[in-house]
Amino acid sequence: MSLSDQKPDLTSIYNLEIKHAPDAGGHFGRFGGRFAAETLMQPLQEIEDAFFEAWADPAFHAERLDLLKNYVGRSTPLYHAKHLSREVGGAQIYLKREDLNHTGAHKVNNTIGQALLARRMGKKKVIAETGAGQHGVATATVAAMFNMECHIYMGREDIRRQAPNVFRMKLLGANVVPVDSGTATLKDAVNEALRVWVASCEDTYYIFGTAAGPHPFPLMVRQFHTVIGQEARAQCIEQTGRLPDVAVACVGGGSNAIGLLHPFYDDADVKLVAVEAGGHGLDGDEHAASLAAGKPGIIHGSLSYLLEDEEGQVKGTHSISAGLDYPGVGPELANMLEAGRLDLDAATDTQALDAFKLLTRCEGIIPALESSHALAAGMRIAAAMRPDQTVLINLSGRGDKDMGTVFELLGDEIEGGWK
Amino acid sequence: MSQMRLSEVFKRCKTEGRAALIGYLTAGDPDVASSHKLLARLASHVDIIEVGMPFSDPMADGPVIQAASERALASGTKIADVFAITAELRSANPELGIVLMGYANIAYAMGFETFAQKAKAAGADGVLLVDIPPEEGGICDAIFAAHGLDRILLLSPTSTDERIRLADQKGTGFIYYVSLTGITGAEMGAMDGIREKTRHIQSMTDKPVCVGFGVKTPQQVADVAAFADGVVVGSHFVSQITSHDGTDAIADALGSSALAMHQAIASGA
Repeated sequence: MSLSDQKPDLTSIYNLEIKHAPDAGGHFGRFGGRFAAETLMQPLQEIEDAFFEAWADPAFHAERLDLLKNYVGRSTPLYHAKHLSREVGGAQIYLKREDLNHTGAHKVNNTIGQALLARRMGKKKVIAETGAGQHGVATATVAAMFNMECHIYMGREDIRRQAPNVFRMKLLGANVVPVDSGTATLKDAVNEALRVWVASCEDTYYIFGTAAGPHPFPLMVRQFHTVIGQEARAQCIEQTGRLPDVAVACVGGGSNAIGLLHPFYDDADVKLVAVEAGGHGLDGDEHAASLAAGKPGIIHGSLSYLLEDEEGQVKGTHSISAGLDYPGVGPELANMLEAGRLDLDAATDTQALDAFKLLTRCEGIIPALESSHALAAGMRIAAAMRPDQTVLINLSGRGDKDMGTVFELLGDEIEGGWK
Repeated sequence: MSQMRLSEVFKRCKTEGRAALIGYLTAGDPDVASSHKLLARLASHVDIIEVGMPFSDPMADGPVIQAASERALASGTKIADVFAITAELRSANPELGIVLMGYANIAYAMGFETFAQKAKAAGADGVLLVDIPPEEGGICDAIFAAHGLDRILLLSPTSTDERIRLADQKGTGFIYYVSLTGITGAEMGAMDGIREKTRHIQSMTDKPVCVGFGVKTPQQVADVAAFADGVVVGSHFVSQITSHDGTDAIADALGSSALAMHQAIASGA
């Protein structure tokens, strides 16, 4: 067996057909659209045109898929977590190992695609918002590789809790700009990036980090991330002989969720579950569960579920994980929810932390706190199922970036030897 | 009073051979009581007032108007206060044009129908929602039209001819030309370019074309008034709130600044 045979080339399973496309204005049902300031309307149209033109060009995909394979390390493994499954005592749990991507999370699937698009459009400069810093790192990484000037907007509060990622971005040559306005978290970083982009759209491309925002970002980000679900679908069939019974992903803006879940959209027997950040519990205000506790609203260029007060002012959110700490959510997930094609779940800070500990000890895999939400809910779901059933969980990122947060919360317990 | 008061305002200014002066303040900045007084003072020197509806996430605004929104919300301003301020402006100034300006979600959260009813009842003439471009007007255009509210649309330096035609078809009242690719309060660009684009837009529409973003001095007002149908001053007025102490001092500064701009328009006529 040659080395290359050990890691089969899954390129052939990637389906480039755009399924369940939004309407021409970017609407998924009553959600989505392009609720942008006039100055951005033409730049957004140019990105849309460039995206569709690129997507139809085999050369674009050849370069993109080559980078995904040889630079990012795709395909990522599908791992049967036998020890965790035994511990949970229900269905077999399979982990889609997006944590093993270069840069440590799924985010790079999208930044590779959009950076290629930016280069195609002749833009020399890229900007991005970031929450946990994973999208910022993934953007700074491709900017370094493509030799593009890079500015990352990040809330002051997130800079504090994700210090290792801030340093990584700086090492990669990016300029990290702290954002102090509003709640100094992800939503404010998006506001600031939009403001900067309005003033610089002539020479600057905005690499939007999640499947939200104005059209074409929700569609485009989804298309760049469906490699996750398309691989997982093929790998499930290869390893178990059939599709999973349930597919589970955490949701902040929704990029890893749409990437994992969308390729199963037409597999009616596969239950699709989105897990939101329950923070301190959904009964209070300290969470980030837009789909479960929000209502339709307009923010950051699209109509979707939004956590807001009765006056339409956007609420501050809370989650242990910066990457889920966002009051909005992608419009396609909102539409899937209303269409009955998505089930909702939530994990609290404590549940996510417990799942983080369990996976680390059972399987030797340290997950990102974001992904730990999907794990927490996925294990709960698996516990109520039969051992011959399967639950697919997207392990969207690795936990290295969360060491500071986890040390603050668990340091004493671990020094004393946790059980 | 005619149902479409804004067009009356522009007709009157045209008769006087001058551009209209349009002033912006955020309602509730720095607090509701002061805001009543400040808007009342501004109203005596401008033809149209844009009443800003404070929003938690003012994505298209620069630091000055962002801070205005934050002050208004921190002091407890509600949308009901915005309508009350509007109603008071209306009753004291029957000929003043009043436009409610802000972001989509404030109106969306209330429901466009309720929002339009309340806006009209308060005496507003038009609504300018920054993040509802003509393409997304399906959610509100018919409702605003049914209530006799003008829907003010924006154009910018990035707007193509196709988009200018779209704004001409879908917009009413006037067209607001954002003179720079940037956020509110930025430095104004070169006057030649602004004049050229404004004239181009004017050649494609019969609606009044007003120019704003970055207009701060009476000289700039006079320069823009030489070719535009209206001049919008926003951040400069808002910045008076932090550069003077006490409501009376702020009101005096606003009054004298607006007066100087009004005179600049009149003398340039």
